[in-house]
Amino acid sequence: MSSSSTSIMDNLFQRSLEDLIKGFRLQLLGESNFISRALEEIRREIKVTDLSTKSTALHKLSYLAALHGVDMSWAAFHAVEVVSSPRFQHKRIGYQAITQSFHEQTSVLLLITNQVRKDLNSANEYEVSLALECLSRIGTHDLARDLTPEVFTLLGSSKAFVKKKAIGVVLRVFEKYPDAVKVCFKRLVENLESSDPQILSAVVGVFCELATRDPGSCLPLAPELYKVLVDSRNNWVLIKVLKIFAKLASVEPRLGKKVAEPICEHMRRTVAKSLVFECIRTVVSSLSDHEAAVKLAVAKIREFLVEDDPNLKYLGLNALSIVAPKHLWAVLENKEAVVKALSDEDPNVKLEALHLLMAMVNEDNVLDISRILMNYALKSDPLFCNEIIFSVLSACSRNAYEIIVDFDWYVSLLGEMARIPHCQRGEEIEHQLIDIGMRVRDARPQLVRVSWALLIDPALLGNLFLHPILSAAAWVSGEYVEFCKNPYETVEALLQPRTGLLPPSIRAVYIHSAFKVLVFCLRSYFSAEESTLSFSAQEFSSASSSMNAFTYESILNLVNVIELGLVPLSGTHDVEVQERTKNVLGFIVMIKQDLSEKLNLQDSETEVFRVTAFMEDVFSEELGPVSATAQEKVCVPGGLELKENLGDLEEICGEFLKPVESDSVSYTDKISFSVSKLRIRGQQEASSSTSPPHEASSLLAEHRKRHGMYYLPSQKDDPESNGNDYPLANELANEISPDPFNPKKNPNKSKQRPVVVKLEEGDESRNPPQAKSNIETVNDDESLSRAIQSALLVKNKGKEKDTNPNSEQQKQEESSRIEDHQNSEKKKKKKKKKKNGESSSKHKSRGRNEVASASEQVIIPDYLL
Amino acid sequence: MGIRFILMVNKQGQTRLAQYYEWLTLEERRALEGEIVRKCLARNDQQCSFVEHRNYKIVYRRYASLFFMVGVDDDENELAILEFIHLLVETMDKHFGNVCELDIMFHLEKAHFMLEEMVMNGCIVETSKANILSSIQLMDKAH
Repeated sequence: MSSSSTSIMDNLFQRSLEDLIKGFRLQLLGESNFISRALEEIRREIKVTDLSTKSTALHKLSYLAALHGVDMSWAAFHAVEVVSSPRFQHKRIGYQAITQSFHEQTSVLLLITNQVRKDLNSANEYEVSLALECLSRIGTHDLARDLTPEVFTLLGSSKAFVKKKAIGVVLRVFEKYPDAVKVCFKRLVENLESSDPQILSAVVGVFCELATRDPGSCLPLAPELYKVLVDSRNNWVLIKVLKIFAKLASVEPRLGKKVAEPICEHMRRTVAKSLVFECIRTVVSSLSDHEAAVKLAVAKIREFLVEDDPNLKYLGLNALSIVAPKHLWAVLENKEAVVKALSDEDPNVKLEALHLLMAMVNEDNVLDISRILMNYALKSDPLFCNEIIFSVLSACSRNAYEIIVDFDWYVSLLGEMARIPHCQRGEEIEHQLIDIGMRVRDARPQLVRVSWALLIDPALLGNLFLHPILSAAAWVSGEYVEFCKNPYETVEALLQPRTGLLPPSIRAVYIHSAFKVLVFCLRSYFSAEESTLSFSAQEFSSASSSMNAFTYESILNLVNVIELGLVPLSGTHDVEVQERTKNVLGFIVMIKQDLSEKLNLQDSETEVFRVTAFMEDVFSEELGPVSATAQEKVCVPGGLELKENLGDLEEICGEFLKPVESDSVSYTDKISFSVSKLRIRGQQEASSSTSPPHEASSLLAEHRKRHGMYYLPSQKDDPESNGNDYPLANELANEISPDPFNPKKNPNKSKQRPVVVKLEEGDESRNPPQAKSNIETVNDDESLSRAIQSALLVKNKGKEKDTNPNSEQQKQEESSRIEDHQNSEKKKKKKKKKKNGESSSKHKSRGRNEVASASEQVIIPDYLL
Repeated sequence: MGIRFILMVNKQGQTRLAQYYEWLTLEERRALEGEIVRKCLARNDQQCSFVEHRNYKIVYRRYASLFFMVGVDDDENELAILEFIHLLVETMDKHFGNVCELDIMFHLEKAHFMLEEMVMNGCIVETSKANILSSIQLMDKAH
């Protein structure tokens, strides 16, 4: 291409699309280079006045835009020019470009209205079809409004080719400009009776879409559609009609009875699998109350399931999962096929089979099914493995563990899951371990056993996904330490050096649990020594007699071990870990003096004794489950501003509130410094003087005074407590009266199901409220359905007299939408009744209120008669 | 909406034809095509022809080196769509005579035409090969 050639030469040597493509395939310069070169060419060529050149350039541009993601919106105006050409070839290219690139925001959209109108009125049916196609793809509100009359004319065109396309366009027009319904609906409905299969196919397609959006408004057309259902032999049409009926039958159950028989007929006779599948789908989703139809459908599903074709297998399983909720027998019948499908190659099939299996699970078979699934999980790829784990977890935890009778088995199953190599569901397992611990007393020993096994295994610490589970295990070990067989080993496990792999938050849990264990050991040691101690001595002695094996040496040893394990941590950067460490170390310092001197430990006045008793008190309060709605039940105390801007806080504690990076040393130092100051002071005071041991409690009280809001009131006689505003967590649970689950007396099982504490409401984690998305589509649908309903009314009225549609419309619009809908519903029911030959006297509508606007109610002559 | 889009992509991931029945920006289209192609290419012949993607299903089938992928709504009949794909291929075959990828590349607008005859606004309107082909032949002669 010479750069200084004249325009004639340019045109002569303009590369056509074919050349472009060939060039593209042969190019060696690299794709983007080639494309940018071509684009330059195009830009030059497209500005030329000669339409042929322009259109070729546009053609090339469309190609590049479609396949190589080049933006062509800048050529919009040129597209409009090309479309105005009288030559069909150009028009074609122009329309193609327009359909491809125009959208709501295109500024030149208004310019094409006239052109499209001209083409719609053209004698050449192909031009008409181009225009129609264009309208269907890019139709906007304005276009639809302006071109409705033309579309209306075309709906009555004698050329089937055109008519068919006009019908196709109608949907888009309706969607964008609902008032068009008034004009076009009648003709549309007339086409339902057409004998031309093309037309029929198109019309049915349109109604299929309309029915999806608003089934109620298409209900009056049921009779014609029924005829199509029975008469037509075209599978495509039948499939669409079935879809329509599926939607209609869900709105009008009596319709289901009528169509069940023809559908079954089709299912039996046809060879086409697609039609069979559609019948099955219709039956199981909308006609699930008709036993005979369902039985036949299930038989057909079975045929699908045993096929080799993976498509059919998948679809069979899909249909089965739709039918499962209401007709579990169908699933049970096909149990083998489902289990076989679990090991299928196709992940989709496997997933479907898994869901079906979960639907089958109940009290009796949960053990077997879980066993089978765990085996599969070990053999599967990570994705499917986690799917299995997740479904087992959610099925078992539904409704506060409804189907579990043997909690010991379930808890050990949870531990087993933790050891599956690919397991990534740590958080869910963690949640359940803690949950069961809180709700099911009897399962606690087993829980502690399982947790202990998890804790002492050093290999698990390295697995990131298991950390939540370990956190739960640690918590359980600390909280229910009374069931622990060997607390020493627990403590060793909790403080092993490898715990450095854990994130700080979990490490804090570990340390705190070690604390609890220590306190417990001390207490039981003392109570073993002291026989006169009244405070829950019986509990401890009955818990496990083996614990009286605490000797002085072992206790000392324990304290030393803990101290050794924790001292290195006292300088750590993480706030919580340091705090907890210092807590424990401070406690140890308090008791060590007395302990090492082996004072008369019988003396309940010793510091160690009192301190231990104090801490034990703290830890012995049982934490119960809290309802998810508990927070809402707490009334906000008057005068408390929750939403106020906390800007003033800046002045008071500006330095502390500066945004902190994760390893900003200064901030944590400050905090830990203040905390450690407290501790040091406490230690100093404790060790320096022979001051009465209530110094510790006074320090605590002081701390509590300063940060009282954050304390859970665990002391009943604490005068400083600010907790009056916030009821005790436990009390709240008790107020809502935990409903002790009545143990099922299963004659086969000798063991009774343990009591599961359930809270009345709001126990399950609630789904977030449905987001208010799709407001626009809802509004569109509403206006469309309103328009259709009014069109139907007008249609009926039109039989009698020449109505002015506008006044009718106004009347309708005046009454509220709901009333409108109800009116139409009732009228349709009246029509339905007459069709079914039932007597029309005194039929109660479905409990709908008599609408006040009864005076505005228009009597609809039944046009079906 | 029935059918949301129709794509023809070869095994190297290059799009040969893309017809969208709802408006998506250029980036969205590219991203969509990339994701779907990857999913379909990763599957083998023993697996079923349906893939879930976001809130719709993709029904696909491979013919020689070309993947035909149709994105549909959740409630669409998958087997019917498979039939439709087959019908499309047969129609193109009849028109071009032993159609291959190159034919589609060089006669893109004919392929678009065929699609436009068969699908309008996301609904399948024409399923008879004879009808489609006759109108295309007439249209070719008309200019």
